[in-house]
Amino acid sequence: MSLLLENIDRVVDGEFHLNSINLSLEPGSFNVLLGRTLAGKTSLMRIMAGLDRPHNGKIVMNGADVTGVPVQKRNISMVYQQFINYPNLTVRENIASPLRLAKIKESQINTRVKETAAMLQIEQFLDRYPLELSGGQQQRTAMARALVKDASLILFDEPLVNLDYKLREELRVELRELFKARNSIAVYATTEPNEALALGGTTTLLHEGRMIQSGPTPDVYREPVDVDAADLFSEPPINLVRGWVTESEVTFDASVHFPLNQDLKSLKPGDYRFGIRPSHIGLVPHNDDDLELSMNVELAEISGSETFLHVKNDHFNLVLQLSGVHAYHTDTPIKIYLPTHKLFVFNLGGKMIQSPSRLVKG
Amino acid sequence: MNKVENNKAWWLVLPVFLLVAFSAVVPLMTVVNYSVQDIFDANTAVFVGVEWYREVLQDSRLQDSLVRQFIYSFAVLLIEVPLGIAVALMMPTKGRMASLCLILLAIPLLIPLNVVGTIWQIFGRADIGLFGWALNSIGIDYNYASNTADAWVTVVLMDVWHWTSLVALLCYSGLRAIPDAFYQAAHIDRASNWAIFRYIQLPRLKSVLVIGILLRFMDSFMIYTEPFVLTGGGPGNSTTFLSQTLTKMAIGQFDLGPAAAFSLIYFLIVLLVSWLFFTTITHMDKDK
Amino acid sequence: MSEIHLKALAHSYSKTPTGPEDYAIREMDHVWEQGGAYALLGPSGCGKSTLLNIISGLLTPSDGDVLFDGKDVKHLPPQDRNIAQVFQFPVIYDSMTVFENLAFPLRNMNVAEAKVQTKVHEIAEILELHPVLNKKAKNLTADEKQKVSMGRGLVRDDVSAILFDEPLTVIDPQLKWKLRRKLKQIHEQFNITMVYVTHDQLEASTFADKIAVMYGGQIVQFGTPRDLFENPNHTFVGYFIGSPGMNLIDVKPVAGGVAFDGIQVPLSDELNKILSEVPYNSIKIGIRPEFVHVWDKATEDAYECDVLHMEDLGTYKILTLKLGGQDIKVRLGEDHDVPVNKAYVSFPEQWLKLYVDDYLVEEPSVEDQVVEEAHA
Repeated sequence: MSLLLENIDRVVDGEFHLNSINLSLEPGSFNVLLGRTLAGKTSLMRIMAGLDRPHNGKIVMNGADVTGVPVQKRNISMVYQQFINYPNLTVRENIASPLRLAKIKESQINTRVKETAAMLQIEQFLDRYPLELSGGQQQRTAMARALVKDASLILFDEPLVNLDYKLREELRVELRELFKARNSIAVYATTEPNEALALGGTTTLLHEGRMIQSGPTPDVYREPVDVDAADLFSEPPINLVRGWVTESEVTFDASVHFPLNQDLKSLKPGDYRFGIRPSHIGLVPHNDDDLELSMNVELAEISGSETFLHVKNDHFNLVLQLSGVHAYHTDTPIKIYLPTHKLFVFNLGGKMIQSPSRLVKG
Repeated sequence: MNKVENNKAWWLVLPVFLLVAFSAVVPLMTVVNYSVQDIFDANTAVFVGVEWYREVLQDSRLQDSLVRQFIYSFAVLLIEVPLGIAVALMMPTKGRMASLCLILLAIPLLIPLNVVGTIWQIFGRADIGLFGWALNSIGIDYNYASNTADAWVTVVLMDVWHWTSLVALLCYSGLRAIPDAFYQAAHIDRASNWAIFRYIQLPRLKSVLVIGILLRFMDSFMIYTEPFVLTGGGPGNSTTFLSQTLTKMAIGQFDLGPAAAFSLIYFLIVLLVSWLFFTTITHMDKDK
Repeated sequence: MSEIHLKALAHSYSKTPTGPEDYAIREMDHVWEQGGAYALLGPSGCGKSTLLNIISGLLTPSDGDVLFDGKDVKHLPPQDRNIAQVFQFPVIYDSMTVFENLAFPLRNMNVAEAKVQTKVHEIAEILELHPVLNKKAKNLTADEKQKVSMGRGLVRDDVSAILFDEPLTVIDPQLKWKLRRKLKQIHEQFNITMVYVTHDQLEASTFADKIAVMYGGQIVQFGTPRDLFENPNHTFVGYFIGSPGMNLIDVKPVAGGVAFDGIQVPLSDELNKILSEVPYNSIKIGIRPEFVHVWDKATEDAYECDVLHMEDLGTYKILTLKLGGQDIKVRLGEDHDVPVNKAYVSFPEQWLKLYVDDYLVEEPSVEDQVVEEAHA
């Protein structure tokens, strides 16, 4: 089955919650909707589900217009942030409930419940009640209920946000595996860039109700169309610096000058915004044309296996993403190295002009 | 939902509109209509403007019962609110005792109003009533039927007995909603029990107390059945409250015009006091 | 100012505990030194909240003692322990202004009003609460509220330790790092012992100089964030810290090393000697995905693996390989070439860890920088 959204608008109290969304979802695809809170992810999912009607636009499922068809008449299921299960039913009955509603034969229900429970590794809890389970097991139950009925469209609204990170890691991998063998469309909303990357598939970036980019996840990550896309799809946020380009030289914030080198020579003189991903800045130079900057440490955030180093000088703040654990006291002076061939270049309107992946490194 | 997309939903709201129209708006407009006319019979009515309002406001019977009414409501609130809070604070928080307390508290609320009046009528009698007999036997000369002060004590006491539970139950639910962390933090900050009450419990009870006070004010301000059954408004007119006066006027004397005007004034008083109270309380939270 | 010593401490919620599984806290001996910034890190249900409640005085442990500067406080209620606590959800006095909130503990102790004024202003300055000092506390944002509840601890001269119970749960993600930074600054400025309880490795490692990792009612490692990453003392620490966690493989001892699925991994003579001497139930080797070396051609000490799949996480890639019957995860840099079908991996000796019954076995080394207080 395929799903096509054409020029979807949704206006609430005079405000655009969704603004001309065009999206085509392929059968068997895994689609991530990435955006901050209130970007329109949930609004869009509700429209896909048929819980809300768009103001304008058309929803086409398998070639048939379903714009006005209510949720009960579409074959969809949904998993929410909160672990939503029937508290008075056992896990087995919870999973069976959509099949019971669909009047499936008892013998078939039994096998399908068992299969789905096995897939999500909750077979041993089938006779327990949801509230006796841990958060992760409760969410697995909710997922099993969504997966058991072979819905043609499955919507996940930030399903892992209330779980701790080790469980998130595991469930993410499982989910991706589960969908490989299915022909249904999965849509997964998240605020976290790293989750989108881990899930793969295609990613659609939503920002203030508009769709700013959509495509295979690695492509969207490496080739952001504009500043918003780059910023949205980067955790920690991408570093942005104003710059001025002349015939021979680039200047950052009136303070840092470097010669216009091979990588940037195609730029016409003028004002630009330069972006650099936190992971590309280092503490040691890797290249002759790396830019050396003297900064002060604001904070070293350590994630266990990585360090996010927040640094600043009089002109700008930068974040570095370093592998391994690097402890620093605040206000420690430090030298950092910024590889100019890894710069994204945007015009002042925010549109991307050049990305590092287009350059062939020598 | 968007109104533009689909108007079907309005049909679902329609029954409510009709119900409200017939139960509130239509009768209210009838009353407004009566209050500005002098009605002689079914076919003859003369427009008299604000005449009835003037007459009613100058009527000393009404002025007196209005004063009595305010004193009564005030007295009742003054006792029931602190007492209700105190009861709620003393109640056990869990276990069988907690459920038992809740059941005991709920009992007075379940008794019909006229029965409450009858209970106290008997309870207060000096000859066969436990309360009246007990007072008299310890040497207090108590008779609610002949002594004004005794009559007042009894009507107020009756209301306190009947309605303190409501305040207590509201406060109890409010107290249960305070997370433990607040008490822990206060202990760590070395707050005294009084400070805990003043700065944690009371502020967090505010919303339920507002509801409780409004309910008790409106209810007590419109009280009719219980004192009517107990004292019949006496001795003299000493426990005749507004609604009794109004009833006498409308049904006893069939003065529909003044009674209608009076009803509207009555309604506006309740509305005004409630509104004043509510806005004052809600404004207290704002930063200057 | 105080040092917190948990002495032979254990706690069971059951009145008649029959075995170790009845204990939420298994017997431990642990010292939080005066003035340190510590974290207590572990998954839900590991006993960290129980331990926090024992330190703060909300819970009396069933066994052992709690000593503050050598003084037994086991039976003292929270208000007599000179500690402050910041809770998961901000606790503020709604009806008071920010100033009154901060002044509250001082006024409760009858501190002179002039002193209250100076102290509150001093702390408000540090916490950047000055602009909102006269606002009603209930109208503040969540991060400001948390600063207020922390401030109530800092205004008191007698507070010697502040306990934090997942204090950033309700803070907007964009503001979290600012508050983390503030916490660190506060710690550097005040000589106060701080214990930060969380299930989040990022918060623990960012805040603390030393982290106690809790698992199954025990502290399995007490060390710097770097120790936990580079030298996990317990398999759980290896698994829990880092994303993805450490590769752990069950092995059997063979001559000159250990082996799994017919693959031999040599060990140093010292380790072989230790292995031959200690009794064991299980032996595992562990190596972090960051430290596995990957080659696309066979080399001398590399093992041949099948490439199962590759995850592109933008800034790095996670390669899953099959070595024998085991899945091995390897972390590669963004620009690293990804081998297809076959890959060759080697485990640098420095990063290959040996675990006997889940605890790390180390060669006795001269430059012993690793902290070993974690477990006896």
